[in-house]
Amino acid sequence: MAIREVSQEAIKKPVHAANLAGDNDIVGRGVREGADLFRSWFNELSTVAENGGGAAYVFVLGSMNEVLKTFDMPVSFPEVNALQTAIRRVSRDYLNEAEDYGFSPDICGYVKADVAMQLAGGKHPMGTIPKPSIAVLTNACNTYIKWAEIWERLHKVPTFTMDIPGTRCFADKSQPGSDDFKFEAKYVLGQVKELIELCEQVNGFKFDIDKFREILGYANRMSDRWDKIIRLNANNPAMFNALTDGTVYLGMANGFRGSKEGAEYFDRLYEEMLYRAENDVGIRLKGENGPVEMDQQFRLAFVGVPCYPIFSGFNKMFTDWGGVFVTSSYLWFASGGTCSGFQYDLNNPLESFAEGQLLMVREAMDSMFNQAFAMEQAVEDFALDGVVYHPIKSCRTVSTGLADQRRYVVEKLGLSTLFFESDLIDPQVVSEAQMKNRADAFFEGLISRRQQAGV
Amino acid sequence: MTDKVRYFTDWEGKSLEQIFHLARDLVEDPSYPTVAKWRENGGTVLGHFQVYFPEEIAHAAGMLPVKIRGAQSDGAESESRFGSYLCSIIKTSLDIALTKDIELDLFVTHPICDAARNLGAIWDRNFDYKGQILYLPQNPNSKFAQEYLGHEYHRMMRDIEATSGNSISKEAVKNSITLYNKSRALMRELYDIRNQTPWLIGADDSLVLMSLAGFLPREEFNEFLETVLEMIRARPVKKQDKMRVVFEGGFCETPPIDLLQTVARSCYVVDDDLFIGLRYILGDVPVEGDPIDSLAHAYLENSTYSPVQHDLRKPKEKMLLERIKNAKAEAVILACAKMCEPGLEEQVAYSKELDEEHIPYFISEFEENQTTFDHLSIQLETFVENIMFD
Repeated sequence: MAIREVSQEAIKKPVHAANLAGDNDIVGRGVREGADLFRSWFNELSTVAENGGGAAYVFVLGSMNEVLKTFDMPVSFPEVNALQTAIRRVSRDYLNEAEDYGFSPDICGYVKADVAMQLAGGKHPMGTIPKPSIAVLTNACNTYIKWAEIWERLHKVPTFTMDIPGTRCFADKSQPGSDDFKFEAKYVLGQVKELIELCEQVNGFKFDIDKFREILGYANRMSDRWDKIIRLNANNPAMFNALTDGTVYLGMANGFRGSKEGAEYFDRLYEEMLYRAENDVGIRLKGENGPVEMDQQFRLAFVGVPCYPIFSGFNKMFTDWGGVFVTSSYLWFASGGTCSGFQYDLNNPLESFAEGQLLMVREAMDSMFNQAFAMEQAVEDFALDGVVYHPIKSCRTVSTGLADQRRYVVEKLGLSTLFFESDLIDPQVVSEAQMKNRADAFFEGLISRRQQAGV
Repeated sequence: MTDKVRYFTDWEGKSLEQIFHLARDLVEDPSYPTVAKWRENGGTVLGHFQVYFPEEIAHAAGMLPVKIRGAQSDGAESESRFGSYLCSIIKTSLDIALTKDIELDLFVTHPICDAARNLGAIWDRNFDYKGQILYLPQNPNSKFAQEYLGHEYHRMMRDIEATSGNSISKEAVKNSITLYNKSRALMRELYDIRNQTPWLIGADDSLVLMSLAGFLPREEFNEFLETVLEMIRARPVKKQDKMRVVFEGGFCETPPIDLLQTVARSCYVVDDDLFIGLRYILGDVPVEGDPIDSLAHAYLENSTYSPVQHDLRKPKEKMLLERIKNAKAEAVILACAKMCEPGLEEQVAYSKELDEEHIPYFISEFEENQTTFDHLSIQLETFVENIMFD
């Protein structure tokens, strides 16, 4: 096996240090606690694997975590596992293995990293990933469906596709209460019940509706805070970087959805953000003599998927010019739309869960296919100076429509934009020097524009 | 209305070879002259992207359903709407609409892949008519899927009625189903000829004939195909000593006709998945009962397979084995359009299965606008020789 080992010391090291603690422990707490929870999650998965147990394999665009947690199933997100290989700088090893097995260089890198990991018995830089006991996916990304077919073949594992009808046409999408919405919700509810039946078969015990209700309550708390936190970053100065800090929060929103720890984490994160907003504590960067307050010159939106092979370096291309990502479509879609703040009706848990999934997963899909319309509101709410588009080779779901949406944003909203392509985990597709040149030119344009406007 | 007018008449009185030639010219013309003529005559056009669309519903409203399937175009106009890592069919399909080579009144795409799903919103932002997604169920194993699909077809019907200005009666849908049943039966006959007597028609000419179904009024296509099938059967061509192969991987973007000609020089392609959407439903759709329910039922319960439909009852590698067996094929050409993610992923599953079954296969990628085939020709000849003289 050609996959390199990653040292335990490297795993303990934070992947970025954008939000360093200052005079008060509350500042940067969300990133620190998120990193701790993240490691504990992977440690638990390793323990499950060592004991020969299995995990539910799920995806960020509609994880159905609430149902799976009702059955106490450990969950593993193959997308999160895959991106970690890039953060830990071993993704190329995994990609090589999968390509040697037969997968084309032109398909999703996440899929290939996972295949290589499966072929290596779950070996991962953060530990060992258990084999799947079930795979649950939505249609929000078609690659999920092909991906699950690979597990069906490799592990003979039961898979369940939760089919969520998305927006047919943005201008007339079905609204709650309408006949169209009712038939969509009925379809989703039917499938939720079928998923529960399958989970009962896999686990050998009955579904507990009261436990489900309790889990929905935790998910409600998380969704409520998550929505507010994202909105709070409209504050000037912004309190968190939506690309870097936001990705840590996102990990928690996915992995710990429906859990007590997750709800408490978001309570505390919201508390931190309120404190920072009230005290004008913006983003802190590493300085020579400790943390320094970032001089926030340009408020940007990030659209696409992060460039994980150069995660910190990518961000630095922007912070060096005073550019801060105050919001990001990645937070909208990669949390499965949970940032919309949807609240389940605990008196009507199954129906409400189905309706919530329909609305949230659809929201996530719209954040990819129709995000240009959401940008109209974001420009106003977040006082944006520009939008950075980062389409990637690996993901057609996110990337296919970005150039066209950029045209829309430029023509209708008159915003400055930067559009550059690379990949989410394949370092061979990332040309850092070229990207930096483009970023520099983008900021020169922003400065010139500002000078011309006399601001 | 336009239903009495015929749009492709040059072929009448010509030899089979001349008919294939004329048909190919029409199929490869990115300006879709017959569709333009339909519109000039006051007809409306529904463009539906690959793979499957219930054309009967559009037909019942008097619209012309046109399969949007890429084109021989350089894609220059659509270039600024897309990034780099995409299949050709996505780009050229939008391109011919932007250049007004083809003009539509309604565009429908499907959640067949991540790129195609984006196309609905892109279309909607770029044209003043509606671009949308028909959400065919991705969980056909749910017992709620058929009811859902029936509703989805009814939703689609409302848009079709609004666009065409015609209301759709049950009777009209039943009549359309009858017409399309006949069409599918004729297509099955064509494929039977290829299976039983493959020397009578090659995969290249077969693709040309099938392509016509994508844009000619279906009444006219049926009449045309019925006549041509008779001519094919009467063709004085001798059987040659060629290997029987299945061509798999053209379910969405189709290979250039010249590529199939290259293949036909070395092998008899006795079955394929080219334009599989037109043949997706395997038997006659019943006209008794509610016709929309019947269409929904047929899609879910009486249909073939493709890499873009996940159905636990139809593991694709097993379905391919069945296709090979039914075709009595000795080998498989596992092709795939460049940058087609579902196709590329399926190639791995197919090749592993064929390895296990010891069935020889030839892996290749293509692009609709590819123009050189020398390399492919040499590789394929070597592949065939290796098997025949093994």
